[in-house]
Amino acid sequence: MASEIICLGIESTAHTFGIGIASSENGVLVDVKSVYKPPFGAGIHPREAAQHHCEEAPSVLNQALKEFSRKIDSVDAVAFSMGPGLGPALRTGATVARALATWLNKPLVPVHHAIAHIELASLLTGAKDPLVILVSGGHTTITAYADRRWRVFGETEDITLGNLLDVFARESSLPSPGGPAVESLAKKGGKFIDLPYVVKGNDVSFSGLLTAAKKKLQMNCDLKDLCHSLQEVAFSMVAETSERALAFTEKKEVLLVGGVAANERLQQMISEIACEHNASFYVVPKRYSGDCGAQIAWTALLVYRSGIEIKVEKSYVKPKWRLDQVAIPWRDE
Amino acid sequence: MLIKKGAEANLYLEKWHGIKAIIKKRMPKKYRIDELDTKIRQTRTVREAQLIHNARTVGIPSPIIYAIDLEKTTIIMKYIEGIRVKDVLNSPTFEKKQELCYQIGQLIGQLHNAGMIHGDLTTSNMIVFKNRIYLLDFGLGDHSIDLEERGVDLLLIKRAFQSAHYKYFKPCFAALTKGYKQEVGEEISSEVMKRLRDIERRGRYTSRGELHEDYEV
Repeated sequence: MASEIICLGIESTAHTFGIGIASSENGVLVDVKSVYKPPFGAGIHPREAAQHHCEEAPSVLNQALKEFSRKIDSVDAVAFSMGPGLGPALRTGATVARALATWLNKPLVPVHHAIAHIELASLLTGAKDPLVILVSGGHTTITAYADRRWRVFGETEDITLGNLLDVFARESSLPSPGGPAVESLAKKGGKFIDLPYVVKGNDVSFSGLLTAAKKKLQMNCDLKDLCHSLQEVAFSMVAETSERALAFTEKKEVLLVGGVAANERLQQMISEIACEHNASFYVVPKRYSGDCGAQIAWTALLVYRSGIEIKVEKSYVKPKWRLDQVAIPWRDE
Repeated sequence: MLIKKGAEANLYLEKWHGIKAIIKKRMPKKYRIDELDTKIRQTRTVREAQLIHNARTVGIPSPIIYAIDLEKTTIIMKYIEGIRVKDVLNSPTFEKKQELCYQIGQLIGQLHNAGMIHGDLTTSNMIVFKNRIYLLDFGLGDHSIDLEERGVDLLLIKRAFQSAHYKYFKPCFAALTKGYKQEVGEEISSEVMKRLRDIERRGRYTSRGELHEDYEV
């Protein structure tokens, strides 16, 4: 396999510091990560997350290279998530990547974190031209590919779905990460508590819903019922806007990706709308739904093979890099 | 006869008391729990009928409502045999496109002037028939003169152009905002445009500089 290309990718947009290694012939070879856990009752502090990444980077890298079991020289390019994300966290990953690329004398490859979620999920599920629903702590976006770009058909106008669940869980003194905690309590709840349902065309807005849910919490509503109702309202909003985008784009595949994609109730809802419109439903495997180095490594292969690399001295991170600003040379029409 | 299965409702073309009519039925959504689903469908059925009626009284082309059935979340309305703006936009000349977008802007302006918000402006919710643009699908609309809601209305149509008609987004959206300004006046137009920018900035991953250029009219 003389034509095999191998990329090492570093992920550090938020709480996860991850290193993945992927091969153009064999897909993901290595995926190692260390996740920063904020103190109980607090959110991610960017400086603390960066500090965590800084401390964990050597051991994650060592572990990744150990599992790789080939010479480090066989890596053809070093990639990093250039954005979007928390500035200090991004810069830590970028620093490791620049150092490695310089030391190995290999090209440095910039990767967009959200596109990396989509590309790894496409590889793992086999989805070719899907309507993508990306739901995580950093994103809530409904997007489809056309003419060299991911086009955004709907998104949140304020906080993300992951953010909604995390903050609500924190306010209810549930353990972090909030999504799974809310999900397991929701399964035990049954009574529906009315909460604001806000859909604006293909867009959603969760901040009013969060405020209302917090108020209900103060009114001593049953937490199980509240988790159930919060999930039902928030996920129905996402399902409805996804269905609108699906009807509009007439895509034949639906792909659910991002950390919140691991939620079974959300999966059920999105699979129902896909079925209703005769589209195939795909969801990223749970193991790879959250942030990881593998997504960066795999996407780096596609970016690198398209001839894109970045000089170390120009490799500034982009904390606010929008998905639809990235040119995509590697996807077919 | 089912003619369109949309995300929001099914459309049937039937004879109703001897006339051709569209029966728009908001179907139960399997993914939503009943309590939520029934409430949403009923509210939207009422809203849509009210708003279409009010839009017509101020001269905005929109289908005549014949009847509504709240139990069945169904509206029976006039059949308009036109083509969706989404499909029209892809064919005509550049000038014609701009003219169409100017008209869309005027329509949105008229709607806002009359104290209404559409709430779901896309190019598939507008039909061209005999050189007039008909507005449809008012289910997410409201009676409001709120700046925020007007801003969201324009954001939605802007997003539609950016995502589905990206090849001619800039000239089209510029023509649209011109039409809007002509209708609501310089002052309100600039306030709404400013709010539109604010809403965009509030969203995820947007920064001042990158968005600014889109708005030169």
